[in-house]
Amino acid sequence: MKTTAAAPFKFCTRLTLTEVTGRKAFNITELLEGIKAADDAVIYHHTHRFIKQSHHLVPEGANDFAYWVANTVQADKLGEELTSIDIVRYNSLADIRGAFVEVLERHLAENPGPGRTVATGREFHFMRAIRFSLPTECSAVDYESFIDCLRNVSASSLYLHVFEARLRPPYGVDDFSHWFRTNFNDETVGREISRLDPYSYTLESLRRRIIRIIERRLPEVKNA
Amino acid sequence: MPKIEEYAPAAGRSAIEELKIIAERLKGKTILNVNSTAVGGGVAEILNRMLPLMTELGIKPRWELVKGGEDFYAVTKKFHNALHGTRQELTPADFQLYRDTQKANLETLNLDADIALIHDPQPAGLIDKKPAGAKWIWRCHIDLSNRQDDVWEFLRGYVSRYDAAVISAPAFSQALPIQQFQVPPSIDPLADKNRELSEEEISAVLRRLEIPLDKPLITQVSRFDRLKDPLGVIEAFKKIQPYVTARLLLVGGSADDDPEGSQVLAEARAAAEGVPDIIVLCLPPTANLEINAIQRASTIILQKSLKEGFGLTVSEALWKGKPVIAGAVGGIPLQITHKYSGILTRTIDGTAYWMKRLLHEPAFAKKLGENGREHVRENFLLTRHLRDYLLLALYLESGKQDFIHL
Repeated sequence: MKTTAAAPFKFCTRLTLTEVTGRKAFNITELLEGIKAADDAVIYHHTHRFIKQSHHLVPEGANDFAYWVANTVQADKLGEELTSIDIVRYNSLADIRGAFVEVLERHLAENPGPGRTVATGREFHFMRAIRFSLPTECSAVDYESFIDCLRNVSASSLYLHVFEARLRPPYGVDDFSHWFRTNFNDETVGREISRLDPYSYTLESLRRRIIRIIERRLPEVKNA
Repeated sequence: MPKIEEYAPAAGRSAIEELKIIAERLKGKTILNVNSTAVGGGVAEILNRMLPLMTELGIKPRWELVKGGEDFYAVTKKFHNALHGTRQELTPADFQLYRDTQKANLETLNLDADIALIHDPQPAGLIDKKPAGAKWIWRCHIDLSNRQDDVWEFLRGYVSRYDAAVISAPAFSQALPIQQFQVPPSIDPLADKNRELSEEEISAVLRRLEIPLDKPLITQVSRFDRLKDPLGVIEAFKKIQPYVTARLLLVGGSADDDPEGSQVLAEARAAAEGVPDIIVLCLPPTANLEINAIQRASTIILQKSLKEGFGLTVSEALWKGKPVIAGAVGGIPLQITHKYSGILTRTIDGTAYWMKRLLHEPAFAKKLGENGREHVRENFLLTRHLRDYLLLALYLESGKQDFIHL
């Protein structure tokens, strides 16, 4: 088994700048219209920002749309449905948008008539994320240096490689699994990392889990 | 002033490294800031601490002050109040005075820079002499959500010609033909108001101020202003007194130059009369270290505002790792996610309920405080504020692409 990677894993990080579009929604119908009109940068902001911001608090699978519907509009059932949309299952932001549109259209078809309109000040604001990707100083060529980097990179970097990686080729695959598979042909580590449910952990506990998976594999790799 | 490396323990090593990478792309660029005062006020406070960090990162910051007579400042004060939603009468002569003052400043100020951050309404009219190729950003620190139409329409004529506008919260956005970005304000973790204090320092301050620590302290630090609801705080505390052992501390300025403040202070003192467990304390505006120590000695911190701009005092309290109960107004919900990083309330009864509950559930209260501090670390420190300005400068310089690889 190879012990040094052909291509080093260069850890990057993701930063965003928030643009306020000025578009607002006061009820579910306006939320649906806004999501339909939203470009990828809007969908990214409201689905991915939430994961990153909340991940030091508790494992939280929600998104801004679900949070607003559940906590402000107080449409409990719809809020639950929107919360349960598994955004890491989708391979593009357009698909994620489609999933939200589908749930909201179904809700409005099943609940015709005027829904609740929230008071001024409690409306939903559509925002866009301008994304910046930055290199970090961390670069790994083998299992040990990968663990070392994992211990030191920021939560933003972890988030970029675990969550956002699934939105670009190879679609639906996190960067870590991909690297271990393509550089070391290590299906064991690849499979174990890709099977981790990102919603079940905070970013910090996800970091610890991934480190543990690779550490467990280390003696086998050395003896191979 | 602290060096950039000194922020690493508070902001995290990666935040400092990120700043260095971003700044590398802006190396040698001049970033001009224009506002109306070099001391006093939140903008000057931030610039005084942020600009040395820019210099250290290889950027060339410049700072110019717009100048005007007392009559100009009287007009811009009216602008400020009108934009905040307090009705003002503006005459054509007021608007003309504003135009004339801008013109006079255009003759004397050096506006040469690659990027300019023009803060608030006072210098907004300088856009008339924006150098070719420069990127100009109007940085609005004011809550515009209840702005007065005539004043806003007047300013909008200037603001619409900028490359971008920056607001502190999405609710402050206005219909404009230019892009608007959200950059919340920040606290400086190394300032006297926020820096780490030893137990000895805290005890010494509390002893000097004669604040006993024999009971858990519930504290609200704010001006004696009706919108901060000190009387509501006292009423809420009285409701829980039969069930808890605690002391309420209201800390504010002396309000000598503010007639309404003096009246509210007198009313607070009257409401606290005969209740030994309520302390009303006046401190000078420079008492940053004292406020820091009081917050760190507190068990719960309140900010029971009825109306608020951004309400950065909430972040100051959260930074001390304390559970905070605050009014769900203005920018406070951006700082507190209810039951995760603090408690949001809307009523006196709600405030009383949560004070009692947090006193009785110290483990939950501790978790709120820990989460609140982490939320501030990620979102409301000076380093994040600087990062957002630099990212915006890069965005404008690199042709406004949605995706930028550095």
